[in-house]
Order: sequence, then structure tokens, then C-alpha cells
Amino acid sequence: MGHFVPGNRIAFLSDESQMTKSELIENLARKSPHLPARDVEMSVKALLERMSHALANGQRVEIRGFGSFSLHFRPPRLGRNPKTGESVALPGKHVPHFKPGKELRERVNDAISGTE
Amino acid sequence: MAAVTKADLAAALNEELGLNKREAKEFVEMFFEEMRQSLEAGEGVKLSGFGNFILRDKNQRPGRNPKTGEEIPVSARRVVTFRPGQKLRERVESYAGGE
Repeated sequence: MGHFVPGNRIAFLSDESQMTKSELIENLARKSPHLPARDVEMSVKALLERMSHALANGQRVEIRGFGSFSLHFRPPRLGRNPKTGESVALPGKHVPHFKPGKELRERVNDAISGTE
Repeated sequence: MAAVTKADLAAALNEELGLNKREAKEFVEMFFEEMRQSLEAGEGVKLSGFGNFILRDKNQRPGRNPKTGEEIPVSARRVVTFRPGQKLRERVESYAGGE
């Protein structure tokens, strides 16, 4: 893995369509005919809730082949009210962070480059 | 505190929704595989309340072997990034524990 050179990271957002939660649920329902559609929907919601709940309690989520979710700490800082220009002390906070796993990284990248 | 794994997620489906253990395990696999397939096909994944998995295409850029100092270009690549949703951000923000 090469070393990061500041100022030379030219990136753009892919313009493709996105799969929404309801499309994900439909696809999973189609692929699991033995499960009632309602169970598929409740299962997807339960998985997202279980992962959100873990993160809200400071717990990591590690999904082999997909990636891991953890919290990053943002230290307190002085912000500014854009209207008045007044300084405001902003407390530290945690933000969710995702690191893609090896299989996901490779499959996504091989789809465009073919090799690595 | 141990990390939540696929086994824990399967246990939750078994306990909360009554899927049998095999179904629960298969469902958890399928759930992540469906998202991998979407991303592999160039489509992001948008899970309202949780967050969006976004694809970014990065151009080739000059790099350097940090050990030898030799210049090696970093090839163009596509990467997955995650943008947490408002609801998840709010739930996580107030976590007061250590890092």
C-alpha cells in the first residue's frame, strides 16, 4: 500500500443508483422463499438495530468479509456561530466509523480493475 | 467489551424473531452478501436511519515506498466509504465512555 500524498487525492462520487433498505428487503425476500416477507423485513430491521445499539454503547461490530464498525472520538473544539461570529465551545463527541474488510475491498475494486 | 460478530447477530434473530439457528445464520450471511453484491455492481447502499455505503473512484496518484523512498504509483481504485445517518450519529454522539 502506497503512502498518502496530500493534495493529490482526486476523487468523485460515483453517479450510479443506490440500493435502498426496501430494495434490500425485496431482494432478500426473493432469495429466501422459505421465510415470510414480514420476517425478512423484521430481520433486516433487527440486524440494523442490533448494530446501532452496539455502537451507541461503545461496542465494535466486526463482520468478517464485510468490514468493521467502531467509534472515533472527536475532541472538544471551539466552533463559531456563523450568524453572529461568536465563539462557542463544542464538546467532544463520538462518531461512527466503518473500515471495509478485505473481501469487500477486493470485490469492489476488482470489479473495475480486474486484477490486483 | 467483545465486538459484536455475525454469530451475535444470528443469535439476535434466533432469540428476538424465532428464526431457527440455521436460518438465522444463513440470513445474516445473505444480508451482508446482498450489500457486497450491490457495491460490487457499482451501486451504493442506502439504509435510512443507519447510514449510506458510498463508492468513490480514486485516480492513480504518485506514491512512495515508505521504507525505501522509491516512487511507485498507487493505481486507480474504487473504495467503499460509509456515511452514518443522522439517527445513528445522534445515538452514538452521547456515548461517554473511553475511546
